[in-house]
Amino acid sequence: MTPLLLASTRATIPDLITFVVCAAVVLTGALGVVMSRNSVHAALSLVLTLFGVAVLFIEQDAQFLAAVQVIVYAGAIVVLFLFVIMFLGVDREENVAAEPLKGQRPLALVLVVIAATGIIFLAATSHWVTGAHAVAGSTTAGGHSNTYLLGRSVFTTYLWAFEITAGLLVIAVVGAVVLARRPSQVHEEPRDARPAAPGAGGPGDAAVASPPVAAAVAAGTGASGSTTDDGERRPVPAGVTGRAEDGMDERVTGS
Amino acid sequence: MTGTLLALTTHGDPLYAHGVGWFVWVVVLIKVLVAFAVLLVSVMLMIWFERKVISDMQSRIGPNRAGPWGLLQTLADGTKLFFKEDLLPERSDRFVFKLAPYLSLVPALLIFTVVPVGGIVTIAGHPFELQVADPPIGILVVLAMSAVAVYGVMLAGWSSGSKYPLLGSVRASAQMISYEAALGIVVVTVVLVTGSLSTRAMVESQSAAFWDWNVIRLGIVPFLLFLTAITAELTRPPFDLTEAESELVGGFHTEYSSIRFALFFLAEFMNVITMSAVVVTLFFGGPDGPVPHLPTFDVWFPTVWFLGKVLVFLFIYVWFRAALPRLRYDQLMTLGWKYLIPFSLVWLLGVAGFLVDGWWGLGVIVVGAACAGLLVRAFAIGRGRADQHGSMTALGARLSRPTLVTGSPLAPPIPPAPPSPPARPVTTRPVSGTEGEG
Repeated sequence: MTPLLLASTRATIPDLITFVVCAAVVLTGALGVVMSRNSVHAALSLVLTLFGVAVLFIEQDAQFLAAVQVIVYAGAIVVLFLFVIMFLGVDREENVAAEPLKGQRPLALVLVVIAATGIIFLAATSHWVTGAHAVAGSTTAGGHSNTYLLGRSVFTTYLWAFEITAGLLVIAVVGAVVLARRPSQVHEEPRDARPAAPGAGGPGDAAVASPPVAAAVAAGTGASGSTTDDGERRPVPAGVTGRAEDGMDERVTGS
Repeated sequence: MTGTLLALTTHGDPLYAHGVGWFVWVVVLIKVLVAFAVLLVSVMLMIWFERKVISDMQSRIGPNRAGPWGLLQTLADGTKLFFKEDLLPERSDRFVFKLAPYLSLVPALLIFTVVPVGGIVTIAGHPFELQVADPPIGILVVLAMSAVAVYGVMLAGWSSGSKYPLLGSVRASAQMISYEAALGIVVVTVVLVTGSLSTRAMVESQSAAFWDWNVIRLGIVPFLLFLTAITAELTRPPFDLTEAESELVGGFHTEYSSIRFALFFLAEFMNVITMSAVVVTLFFGGPDGPVPHLPTFDVWFPTVWFLGKVLVFLFIYVWFRAALPRLRYDQLMTLGWKYLIPFSLVWLLGVAGFLVDGWWGLGVIVVGAACAGLLVRAFAIGRGRADQHGSMTALGARLSRPTLVTGSPLAPPIPPAPPSPPARPVTTRPVSGTEGEG
């Protein structure tokens, strides 16, 4: 198998070693994500998988993708996952014996069998794309760097898709901000019978930028007083803070 | 502002130009070992330097017992910490608790690998760069590693199973994530004028004369933004709320003891050194400087320049610590999100405009200034409303403040519940009670 693999893809022995090690890391992480009883451990396993994939990207000469993988996925998205896990107080060992859905285990088994059959069927009947030529050209065409080529294709050929994606992300952020800010307005209205304007937050209101961070910040600053020296009151999403406290209390007293 | 669009090719270290033989292996190994050793020793000296300088600034003597001028004080402290009992808190998550210090230390070490510390040296006919690694994505490695460094702090606080570390780690990670955005935008500005992500290419593009250093070429603002952002990223004073002793005991490392505690401090000071080196690389030409033509020695002069520049920034960090009071949390977030990010964005667009054409640049600057004015006006309106809004409750807040402070820090003073909800159960319960009885 090994000589065949090497012959068909022009890979060298170091390439193969890198691939095997990274594949092992990726699979370990992936299994950890679904099998950890503690959700923080699961999130850490996800980071492991992302790192493995990043190294595989470097192996494929896609250095820029590798860096972005680490910066965006490991550095931002999983950090936000962790924030949510820590603040909703679900960072305890889960009781695996309890079944929230009746009959989910047999159903899962059936689905696994179907999926495995499908994969084996596909593997047996269709041909592999491994080793095929890239659609968008080589990652090092014309002696240009990988970043240069990626930028070229993103800002010329695929500009439309790129801009649409950017618009979608902006809409998602704005939507999240709107949803996250609503409770604070509802709570503020009865206090002094005047309509709370959308921008009525104090200067420390980070909700505009990123709601999960803002929620965490609100909970984190609680200790030093969310009533600042000027008497400005920052809109703390009451539901979020309350739950965060519950979570922490459970951590301190329970786990 | 002269942007040179370099030929965007992959250069890389000339060491690898002729394949990878045993000589290359040896050179790489030596580079790694030397960088590691130098970093560890310089952390030792940095801690001593910080304590000495801050003592001078506060009219004290500082460490003066171990070694000449107290030079070996850090070594003595390290030895002491090493032999202390290693405690694991009962409620900690053991695996993560043990893992966290390394997640802080490893990124600190890795960032230094892409910093060019000198020119090109030739040994036995093989030229190589004085830099551990010169990947084509150089500066992105710095950003990626500073993103990963958040994990160490965050997991240390969480896994301690204790309230103060958790609060400290939440502050720290929120702060690091917030300032990473501004950091990234300023780095993009530098990348624009360099035309490459490689740190070596950045240094080379600044090497013509000292007015080609990015600090001058980009206008001084990006440098100031970057310095602010990385000071926050490092959680150094005045942005050290994460270990505000008066509020949080010690921040995320409260529960740590022995050598794990030492690892956190090692990582912290190593980060100060590597980030100073990154500032020097991005804005001050790295190892660039006038080199006297001396036989065999002129190769090492760039390194001397580099070290000198880094030392200036190390001093500046200590100076910050001695001179500036700690920011309040809302001030920190305001500075990051409302000032640093918009300013760095406008400056980035301005630089991009000037790279295209002078008129474009001027146009972008004018539009950007108008937008910035609108933004500031919007903040002022928001602040004014908040003040009006808060003036009713301000007196009450001031009066109730002492109880808030002395109260349990885990029960954060949530804005006192609006009077109506508690009133509702009181009125409804008798009704339901009578219904139940009758």
